Amino acid sequence: MSIVIVAVLALLALAVTFGAILGFASVRFKVEGNPLVDQIDGLLPQTQCGQCGYPGCRPYAEAIAGGDAINKCPPGGETTISALADLLDVEPIPLDEEHGVAQGKRVAFIREDECIGCTKCIQACPVDAILGAAKQMHTVIVDECTGCDLCVEPCPVDCIDMVPVGQTIRDWSWHKPGSEPIDPTRIITTDQRTDPNDQEAA
Amino acid sequence: MRQTWDFHGGIHPPENKTQSTQQSIRKAGIPQYLYLPLSQHIGQPAAPVVAIGQQVKKGDMIAEAVGPVSVPVHAPTSGTVIAIEDHQVPHPSGLTDSCIVIETDGLDEWKECIPCENYEELEPAEILERVRQAGIAGLGGAGFPTAIKLHPPRNDKVNSLILNAAECEPYITADDMLMRERAHEVIGGLEIMAFILQPEECLIGIEDNKPEAVAALREAAKDTQIEIVVIPTKYPSGGEKQLIKILTGLEVPNGHIPADIGVMCQNVGTSAAVYRAIRHGEPLVSRITTVTGEAVEQPANFETLLGTPLSFLLNQAGFNAAKASRVLMGGPMMGFALTSTDIPVVKTTNCLLAATQKEFPEPPPEQPCIRCGMCAEACPAELLPQQLFWFAKAQEFEKAEMHNLFDCIECGACSYVCPSSIPLVQYYRYSKSQIRIARLDQEKSDKARERFEFRQTRLQREQEEKEAKRKARAEAAAKAQAARAAEAQAAEDPKKAAVAEAVKRAQAKRQQQAAPEVDLAELESNVQKAKDKLTKVEASLQQAEAEQSDMAEKLRNAVAKNRDRLAFAEQALADARKQSSDTSTTASSASLPAQDSEQLQRSIKRQEDKIATLQNAINDTRNSDPDRANQLQPTLDKSLARLAELKAALGATAPDTPEEQAGPDLEQLQSQVDKAKDKLAMMQGMLEEAQAEDPVDDAKVSKLTRAVEKNHERLAAAEKSLKNAKQQAQQIPGQAKSSPEELEALRNNIDKARDKLVMMQGMLEEAQAESPTDESKIAKLTRAVEKNQERLKAAETAYQNAGGESVDIVN
Repeated sequence: MSIVIVAVLALLALAVTFGAILGFASVRFKVEGNPLVDQIDGLLPQTQCGQCGYPGCRPYAEAIAGGDAINKCPPGGETTISALADLLDVEPIPLDEEHGVAQGKRVAFIREDECIGCTKCIQACPVDAILGAAKQMHTVIVDECTGCDLCVEPCPVDCIDMVPVGQTIRDWSWHKPGSEPIDPTRIITTDQRTDPNDQEAA
Repeated sequence: MRQTWDFHGGIHPPENKTQSTQQSIRKAGIPQYLYLPLSQHIGQPAAPVVAIGQQVKKGDMIAEAVGPVSVPVHAPTSGTVIAIEDHQVPHPSGLTDSCIVIETDGLDEWKECIPCENYEELEPAEILERVRQAGIAGLGGAGFPTAIKLHPPRNDKVNSLILNAAECEPYITADDMLMRERAHEVIGGLEIMAFILQPEECLIGIEDNKPEAVAALREAAKDTQIEIVVIPTKYPSGGEKQLIKILTGLEVPNGHIPADIGVMCQNVGTSAAVYRAIRHGEPLVSRITTVTGEAVEQPANFETLLGTPLSFLLNQAGFNAAKASRVLMGGPMMGFALTSTDIPVVKTTNCLLAATQKEFPEPPPEQPCIRCGMCAEACPAELLPQQLFWFAKAQEFEKAEMHNLFDCIECGACSYVCPSSIPLVQYYRYSKSQIRIARLDQEKSDKARERFEFRQTRLQREQEEKEAKRKARAEAAAKAQAARAAEAQAAEDPKKAAVAEAVKRAQAKRQQQAAPEVDLAELESNVQKAKDKLTKVEASLQQAEAEQSDMAEKLRNAVAKNRDRLAFAEQALADARKQSSDTSTTASSASLPAQDSEQLQRSIKRQEDKIATLQNAINDTRNSDPDRANQLQPTLDKSLARLAELKAALGATAPDTPEEQAGPDLEQLQSQVDKAKDKLAMMQGMLEEAQAEDPVDDAKVSKLTRAVEKNHERLAAAEKSLKNAKQQAQQIPGQAKSSPEELEALRNNIDKARDKLVMMQGMLEEAQAESPTDESKIAKLTRAVEKNQERLKAAETAYQNAGGESVDIVN
């Protein structure tokens, strides 16, 4: 009987000790914020366009961490979806068309002789990429523009165009080999013979 | 005999070098137009320093280096700059980039070059600067700025300076011919570089398939410390890391440069260019390019001006376009097919290969990898080409990077040996460019995030600042209100307070009137003082002039200044006098009706403010302290009464106002009537509430009843005055019909009123549906609806009066 009591007591003592250690560790090494949100935010394209329905990329990252769908980011497109799927270990799903379609890279362009200097686009720009002051012509800093479209709507004189960014030598990529279909006759040697007699014989 | 090592892998493709070594180096000649890309090297593109239409001589700098990793561009011959525009450049993409276009004049006139007989007199830093200014970038193929390469980071000691003369790629013989014909330039350049770097040994690594070049170099390097090392022919022994391994046995670690292990490698073409730049002061304006392949009739090496269109160069060698299946820039292993021959020769163009279909048949189709491992055996960088291929195919670029994808030198040995004819190098190039683009995108998105977050914090900070300001203002207002409320409470008899206020006002007014007199006296004394001073200065000026002192000039200035001052003072005095006389006339005509009504309006305003304050105070205190609210109630009632009186008085004065003011007056009166109606409605509401809540409190009910009566009276008075004014207005013929703009405005008013009415009705219905028990709310809303209906009617009448057509009344 006493052996049982000793065993129970010993186990109890161990449980208390380790419980205390775990409790201390959870307080001592507490992680501030959700590291997953940072990782997701790192994969999003940071256009801050709000097409996902959230006011910026970080809020959407938080929403994804909270269980929202990963296919609401048109600027990121398939690349972002597959990266998110990898990170979250879920199946990649096609882009949700409801939030817009993936478009090529674009930047805002202000037709400067039409600009009236109202600063509305400056207030709308999420990355401060528009330069100008009240009653002064505005212009877009092309290198900083994320192509989010948010400045187009508020312009009272509709002088902002979204211009597609042409490819330059600096961001050109080799195409993936093997993407073009192979002519099967080039692989099978006997098919390469074009002698009409052979064809008749066949 | 020096010991040499071997590197892993490598292949032995057919050399095909003899075709282009049959002739000595030929001059390609001067084409009509030269296209000079601003970016012919690794690093920042150069910035143009010439204007369109500018005449340039051979060797003139036309674009300068921007930043440390950059080199300038020079005019390859004399002529005129005709454009700075985008033009196709030698790049596998076939895309355009900015180029300077020169129309040549055929004279080939050199600018004045400063030769240097003895470079040892120069400081190494000076030599480096000259090399940089000569626009020399590695001519072997990479195009890294030579001046940067010759100045190793942290001033690492260079033990071995190696001249890369291996030229291992098939077909290319540019370096071979250069060494055969201009060995002294190559050796001279190496000596200059050795002078800068002071290495322990100088080596020239050359493959054993160039015996003529070896002989020429040996001859030229006879009296020097330079050692010429002949190595066995194997592709790609001309790779920098491979040649270092062969000559020194050292391996350049992953992610490092040769300078980190005390070795430096330079191309023979670069060496010759350095020699010409230092010895003759000639910048890099031409290079030797091999033109070969079965589609050219006379394969040879050409000394070509940079910027020469390839079509011109090909024609010099007898290019047969019909025979050619494709034209490669670079060799068959590492070169790329061109989409057009309209592109220029640049600093890194070592070979043009015009091949026929038979010579370079279409690559056989890619077949599945059979895991034979031949690629790994051939890889000179000791990578795992198979693994890299799988990763590239599956787009697992991260894993490819982990397998040292960026150590791949894209030599093409793996593709060459692959029995499944997989274009492996294509896959690696694709992976590399994808990774590079992803990095660029990541950089951009990081920057965007940073900017976005900065903006967020900035907006938040601004919001907080605004909030703090608003709070401070609200606190100040609350304090002021509390003080006023206390004052109102303290003044037991509000009449007394009103009298005191009136006295205060009167005093203030009197002071205001007295002020101009004080000012006048002051101004007069000012004028007097200024006059005195002026006379004094004038006197001293006369004295000075008599003595012809140089003080006279200064004094004259002083006199002028004093005169100005006097004039100014007099002006001020005159103004003040005029103003004071104006005020006195205004004061005397204080009984004028206009003045009177203005004053009345002001007092009405004040009274209204007071009422509002009181009501606020009552509302605030009602919950906390009902007794005090009751105390305040009589004060409010009295104020209301006074307001009504004042308004009545104003109504009485209003008809006396001149007729031109009828328009605005009408509006004012209308608004007053509206206000009175509102107030009446409010009072009635309050009365009802009081009756419902507290039927015993007779005093309060009676007070309120009185107030309601008063308001009724006031409303009647206001309406009467409005009617009068309207009649008056209608008597004026011109004003009967208002301008269309006014009509429009009135119509807008009607619309607005209608909208509001509809809204109110909606709210009322909602309230009725939701909470039929909440009678007070429904009553309030009903009143509001009624008020709005009245307003709408009023607006409509106003519109009809103004001459518009009748409109439907919406109820």
